[in-house]
Amino acid sequence: MVALPYLWLLLFFVVPFIIVLKISFSDVALAIPPYKPLLEWVGKHSLAVKLNFDNYAFLFTDSLYLHAFANSIKVAFLSTLMCLIIGYPMAYGIARAKPAVRNVLLLLVILPFWTSLLLRVYAWIGLLKANGVINNVLLSLGLIHEPLTMLYTPFAMYVGIVYSYLPFLILPLYANLEKMDWQLLEAAEDLGCRPWQAFYKITLPLSRNGILAGSMLVFIPAVGEFVIPALLGGPNALMIGRVLWDEFFANRAWPVASAVAILLLLLLVPFMMWYQSVQARESAGAR
Amino acid sequence: MCSVRRTAILALVCLWALSGCGGGKPAADSASGASAGPKVLNLYIWSDYLAPNTLPDFEKQTGIKVHVAYFDTNETLETKLLAGSSGFDVVVPTASYFERQIKAGAYQALDRNKLPNFKNMDPQLMAKVALHDPDNAHGIIYMWGTNGIGYNEKMVKAVMPDAPLDSWRLVFDPAVAAKVAKCGISLLDSPAEMMRAVYSYLGKNPNSQSADDLAQAEAALLKIRPYIRNFSSSEYIEALANGDLCISVGYNGDVMQARDRAREANKGIDIKYVVPKEGSILWLDVLAIPKDAPNPGSAHAFINYMMTPQVIADVSNFKRYANANLASQPLVLPAVKDDPGIYPPPEQRQSLAVQLADSPEQTRAITRVWQKFKTGQ
Repeated sequence: MVALPYLWLLLFFVVPFIIVLKISFSDVALAIPPYKPLLEWVGKHSLAVKLNFDNYAFLFTDSLYLHAFANSIKVAFLSTLMCLIIGYPMAYGIARAKPAVRNVLLLLVILPFWTSLLLRVYAWIGLLKANGVINNVLLSLGLIHEPLTMLYTPFAMYVGIVYSYLPFLILPLYANLEKMDWQLLEAAEDLGCRPWQAFYKITLPLSRNGILAGSMLVFIPAVGEFVIPALLGGPNALMIGRVLWDEFFANRAWPVASAVAILLLLLLVPFMMWYQSVQARESAGAR
Repeated sequence: MCSVRRTAILALVCLWALSGCGGGKPAADSASGASAGPKVLNLYIWSDYLAPNTLPDFEKQTGIKVHVAYFDTNETLETKLLAGSSGFDVVVPTASYFERQIKAGAYQALDRNKLPNFKNMDPQLMAKVALHDPDNAHGIIYMWGTNGIGYNEKMVKAVMPDAPLDSWRLVFDPAVAAKVAKCGISLLDSPAEMMRAVYSYLGKNPNSQSADDLAQAEAALLKIRPYIRNFSSSEYIEALANGDLCISVGYNGDVMQARDRAREANKGIDIKYVVPKEGSILWLDVLAIPKDAPNPGSAHAFINYMMTPQVIADVSNFKRYANANLASQPLVLPAVKDDPGIYPPPEQRQSLAVQLADSPEQTRAITRVWQKFKTGQ
């Protein structure tokens, strides 16, 4: 049974990773598949390995790629922050609700997953566009006289990302807050803490693991997000997902696209390692 | 922490299930088709690109069962072909992509003996495809059309009464674009095709591979960047029809669709289509057989069937695209045949060029200019 998660990891992470890594060291070719093999028989008994590092070197010759990485991290960071600001009170509210109400609230958080992500993002187009629901309501109320430009702006992109990823932050945070001993808060108040002081000194530090887990679940996929910026964001939203798409589909450069993907992964590894080390320290401290 | 992991795994399973839905089917079909059972044909075609009776009639006539799957960009098709073993028997690429895919060895040569209806095809248009595919060895034309500008005359005239409605200046001349930008301009998000449009505007060869020309095109594009509301390759249909945009560079068929939708909605929106006088490009969609097609016999039978005058005329009449079948022209409805947006008049056909495939270096250079144009980086 212990082997099962590792088998999963091997099949669905390590093997695809090695395939992508392999392609990233190869050359473009007009063939099926569209890259040259790494291993080649030269003569009868010698196998030559040809690793091409140009694809990686190329990414540093053009500022486009670094800009795209930096911008993706910025977007992911701000989205995570906004998810946290909105999601924390919601998770807190659910954790403190009565058990019967709590289940209903949890169901409401999970309910959007029953519709495809794509459909939900399309629904935002209908809400935000110049001729859309929000503009029409505001116009008919006389609050605005010209339709607001919301679609195809950074605003729309953040709305889409925060909306889509919010449940990934709420659920782990709720799981964490739910286990908290609320008597600690009463004790703090008995000892003279104001409610906000008790929150700051007791609740927030105790929920740190939940905050971290939720933030990671939002931040990591948001860095590589492609669909939401493509549908809602403006054309000047330079994200690494879009650059990857351009390399893969427009330039047909599978090797360069693979190099971008590997760099993205390398970029995310430090965050995951930091998270792991915090987790390990926590569980060591708890013992 | 258990619930975190559970959520993450759930998300992974969802993703995995989603991606599984897309790709698996044709390969499974082809496995059954290769055996001695009933004959099958795996068709991979653009969505919304057949008449309702096209496939049922073929099945009735030949007893071949058709499995059809749809794509909506050439890139999707190309990626499946280049990954190998796509399992499809007939695919419908656009000619500029087709040219490169032939060079990659993605297609098998057609057996003319199995295609007696080839005699019906328009030699002039087939000669245009031969620029991509010498001797028309690998494909025949399914439908063809033009790239041009779709516009809402009322909205454009309201912001600029003397707008040059028959010229690329409408979008590429900064003085004009600055004025018409108020009602909304969109461009196709397709670097290679848009660069042809800029070259036509600048009076260059649309298939120029020169770095100098590309630099001039880049300079011209950067001047109009503030006036472009959006880049889209299909969303503009609805936006034009709704009046969210007043000018879209697009494909004739899509603009016709926007026009029809606007008429159905009956909100007084009238969409027109023009091929700019400086010239534009011609797109040609081709029927071809992948090299590793499991049922090449069915594939030939299908391509021959698609060259039957009545069959292809039905598609033209229903989908409102021009076909390249001379023998079918008497069967095409006047409303379609005489619409200059569908069948460009002879004098206009002179100004239409085919989009030849760019070298990989030129493709990368064009993509880079386009990224800079869009994002400023």
